[in-house]
Amino acid sequence: MSLIEVKGLKKSYGDVHAVRGVDLEIAQGEIFSLLGPNGAGKTTTVEILEGFRHRDAGSVSVLGFDPQTRGRESRIWRDRIGIVLQSSLDAGDLTVIETINHFSGYYSNPRNVDEVIHSVGLKEKEGALIRNLSGGQRRRLDVALGIIGSPELLFLDEPTTGFDPEARRAFWALIQQLRSDGTSILLTTHYLDEAEALADRVAVINKGVIMEVSTPADLGGRATSQATVQWRDGAETKSEKTDNPTTVVSALSTRFNGEIPELVVTRPSLEDIYLEMIGGVDE
Amino acid sequence: MNKIPSALQLGIRRGGLEIRQFARQRESVVFTLLFPVILLAIFGSVFQNTIAPGVTFSQYFVAGMIASGLINTGFQALAITIPMERDVGALKRLRGTPMPASSYFIGKAILIFVSMVIQILLLLGFGVAFFGLEMPTESSKWLTFAWLVLLGSACSTALGIAFSVVPKSGRGASAVVSPIVIILQFFSGVFFVFTQLPPWMQQVAAIFPLKWLTQGMRSVFLPESFASQEVAQSWELQTTFVVLMIWLAIGIFFSVRKFKWDRD
Repeated sequence: MSLIEVKGLKKSYGDVHAVRGVDLEIAQGEIFSLLGPNGAGKTTTVEILEGFRHRDAGSVSVLGFDPQTRGRESRIWRDRIGIVLQSSLDAGDLTVIETINHFSGYYSNPRNVDEVIHSVGLKEKEGALIRNLSGGQRRRLDVALGIIGSPELLFLDEPTTGFDPEARRAFWALIQQLRSDGTSILLTTHYLDEAEALADRVAVINKGVIMEVSTPADLGGRATSQATVQWRDGAETKSEKTDNPTTVVSALSTRFNGEIPELVVTRPSLEDIYLEMIGGVDE
Repeated sequence: MNKIPSALQLGIRRGGLEIRQFARQRESVVFTLLFPVILLAIFGSVFQNTIAPGVTFSQYFVAGMIASGLINTGFQALAITIPMERDVGALKRLRGTPMPASSYFIGKAILIFVSMVIQILLLLGFGVAFFGLEMPTESSKWLTFAWLVLLGSACSTALGIAFSVVPKSGRGASAVVSPIVIILQFFSGVFFVFTQLPPWMQQVAAIFPLKWLTQGMRSVFLPESFASQEVAQSWELQTTFVVLMIWLAIGIFFSVRKFKWDRD
């Protein structure tokens, strides 16, 4: 059974058609990443799934529940999901452990507070006031609050914005750990390398429609696309697009009698494919 | 699997958390709890006259300070701090959890009630020690006092939560809310003797809770004989109760219907 099912989702703000017919299916246990430029309808879509916004048309089911429903049923549903929002700058007069402890009281089946603090790497900071945390530490606290209720589904919105490369790697490991513990994750991110490292499947959304859903490796025909072989020929840098890079390299090697000067063989990165996709729909 | 905690249970937990957070904001603790004492010190020193035989201005003023404390601590503080919490995303984060809105409201009500009690104790203690404030001796007056504080702080809390949707942002909130409260204080006989105000001011004030709270507090702190000097020649405690209940209902209605968790 799918964890999230979206059909024909539409949402407008006045004359602005933010989401114009989105279909999505996200399976249990996967990390699914939604990619798209600012204003593509990404945030609107996710906020509808999180129950923060009402849709204009279409059907939405998250864990078998319509997020738009209010009341007691909605509490039971929220008990099963976790949300890590984009920006949070709470006043911060509480300590890390106080805050996590308090939030754990909201849920029927919270995770062990100490374990969660460990897993997000805040053990040394557990007694610190939130306002004294660094940006990255604050973000890890956000994640801790998102996972404290042992959610079946976790929404992660731009989780590593402002992280240094080392912190980002540590964060990725945490997310992978959550997935292997059985948490399904919907990740929105600006960082293509992040989607590539984490996501089982990615969807590219632009101008309110889904352009493609695929694995990161296959997106935009990436796996089968042509490679580019580049080398230096005297003062000139030359390049050739080819389906058979090995043949080209071998021919060049013969020509140069061994080493090919400044040889580079590349395939389009996820970012190249993505930029091509979102650049190709100008109206 | 365990059950989800009840709204009341979570509300009480939130109350504890709100108090803890409040206690760590030293400036606001000092401002909220000591401001009425400072005002009493100023007004009590300036106006040393008596309003009626045996009624000092301080005695009259303390009634007004407690009443307006209820409005300042509840309505004004919430209508300013809730938009701030909304600005920084704290409310949206709460919205994403299974904690129901009613628990958030209960938490605020507990915070307001507790800080009101502390504020009143400080004010009364200071008044008795330095300004010859006389405390009521009849238990019926203390009973009136108790329901006025309870109902008043509930009413003020509900209206503050309801009004928190009006300021567009936390930064602008103070500019929207404070003038309303200050004007109400002048109109409601907090700083001046109510009956000496122009009738139109009295009539405007009679629509809002503060005038009734102030008058009710006078019934507690002024001698029974002073009732004849009120506008209606009586303390009108029943009317006060009805007016406060109506405002409480209005506050709860709009809090439940219109509360905004997110900036847009």
